[in-house]
Amino acid sequence: MYRTSQMAASILVNAIYAMKNFPITLVNTLLSPLSFLLVITLASHGRLLSVSVGGALIMSMISSGIGLQGDLSHLKNDFKLQDMVVSSPTTASVYIVGMAISEIVYSIPAIAVLGILATIYIHTTVLGVFQIIAVMVLMFSFSILLGFTLATITYDIIQSWAFSGIISTLMSTIPPVYYPITYIPMPFRYAAYASPTTYGAELVQNAIGFAHLSGTAFMVDWIILIMINVVFFIIAVKKARWREV
Amino acid sequence: MSSYFKCNDVSKTYPKGQMALRGVTFEIPASGIFSLIGRNGAGKTTLVRILATELMPSSGDVFIDGVDIIKDPDSIRKRIAIIPQEARAISWLTPMQTVTTFLLYRGMKYAEAKARSREVLKELGLTSVADKLNRTLSGGQKRKVLVAALVASDADILFMDEPTTGLDPISRAELWDILSELKKNKFIFLTTHYLEEAERLSDRIGILDQGEIKAIGTMSDLRAMVPKKYSISLIDRDHGSVEIENNGSLMKIGSRIFVDDNEAYVIARDLINKNFRFSINPVSLEDIYYSIARKEIGGEEGVQD
Ligand SMILES: Nc1ncnc2c1ncn2[C@@H]1O[C@H](COP(=O)(O)OP(=O)(O)O)[C@@H](O)[C@H]1O
Ligand SMILES: [Mg+2]
Repeated sequence: MYRTSQMAASILVNAIYAMKNFPITLVNTLLSPLSFLLVITLASHGRLLSVSVGGALIMSMISSGIGLQGDLSHLKNDFKLQDMVVSSPTTASVYIVGMAISEIVYSIPAIAVLGILATIYIHTTVLGVFQIIAVMVLMFSFSILLGFTLATITYDIIQSWAFSGIISTLMSTIPPVYYPITYIPMPFRYAAYASPTTYGAELVQNAIGFAHLSGTAFMVDWIILIMINVVFFIIAVKKARWREV
Repeated sequence: MSSYFKCNDVSKTYPKGQMALRGVTFEIPASGIFSLIGRNGAGKTTLVRILATELMPSSGDVFIDGVDIIKDPDSIRKRIAIIPQEARAISWLTPMQTVTTFLLYRGMKYAEAKARSREVLKELGLTSVADKLNRTLSGGQKRKVLVAALVASDADILFMDEPTTGLDPISRAELWDILSELKKNKFIFLTTHYLEEAERLSDRIGILDQGEIKAIGTMSDLRAMVPKKYSISLIDRDHGSVEIENNGSLMKIGSRIFVDDNEAYVIARDLINKNFRFSINPVSLEDIYYSIARKEIGGEEGVQD
């Protein structure tokens, strides 16, 4: 009960009250994944519609982490909320988990619209549905861990903005998230694998029948996604500073 | 059972090299209002953040009522709450939402937190703005919202780091009234660089200078530390300067001279004879502060210019 209140506090501050007091923020979370979806679908004469819906879902997950890093550092540096909470009877993990959930709450409108589009336009097996959900969970946790780590090193909102732009571009716009990796000419294709989202998108595209991964490639993609999460979890735990030193 | 704070040789050197506290040692009863005064960079914020378990000292021990808060911060966090320096009420929340979430962070249930928030906002005269956005409030109201969060909490040890900095005189006086009321059942540890504020509000005062506690105690304890306990000021600005017979030192118009009991008598008589208008007062905190930070009162000449 104690913990529930404390987690709810982060969700209220960072999502519910923000959306309630400033509904315009909802439009923003909805707009960017949908805009890419629209552009890619039109440019491909509808051929890439299902791929783009998968891509937009990945982008929504990544934007959770981007949001988290901005919000954590804004609340810590500009309002000193974190300092007030550190001195309170709660814990770092309750605070962070609450904030992470608040980012998902923030994305609910986008996820709902994309979920509806997915059920209409993505045709796959039950196993495929589970694979897509698993990819989204891994993308979300990776982005939250990355966002948290970046938040520990930012002390000015200007940096947060820069990080947001960079992550968004490097992880959702440029890599083959909204389009198949085979569209990239050969030597450059390897560069795409620098982004964790490429593996996620490949698995989603495989599940909806747009890419055909060999058994090994399929396994390798999963292993890499899980490893990236493990590595970022370790980094995040090491970087975490609740009481400053 | 009275509560107490005890710091034992607390030092802090920040990772990037700055030594902010140098062996701070003191013991104070945790009741009423304690003001930590000192100029910018003296180390006030560093000390408060250590006491509020936000920051680890480089060395030393801190005990609050026997709890070693360096080793066991969780045992004290239920009892403490802080308004950090430069804290702001979150702009996209209302005062109600701000106070409510702070109480939730402290583990209170939602319904209870809401009821308590309403009640405290009313007590502090914020009912009319309780449901407006913080961003639309005046500076004084915004600061009061943060104070309301602390007042509403179950904490009985409240830290406020420069709570009145940047407020207009009326808002400041309103905050003083709130603090004076609050101190009846909570301990308030505040920092300020307004000396008249510290003198007026506090039961005890600590002077921090370049990371060291130079003096600590009640106003009368502090007065006892300086040998010259009165100040004499000339009021009449038309006269030039006047030679004082007592020790031959020169007293200029409008300036003050610090004196002990005997000197006060001799000089006052001399000034009356010469028909000068003057005032005689016990030394203020400001005088003591300058004396301790700059060694002026009771120094060799005993004259300040
Ligand atoms: N996070 C920090 N990193 C490095 N140096 C710091 C930090 N915070 C404060 N300092 C330095 O420590 C000294 C004391 O600062 P502070 O405690 O903020 O003083 P005050 O609150 O009395 O103005 C100053 O010289 C300041 O520059
Ligand atoms: Mg300070």
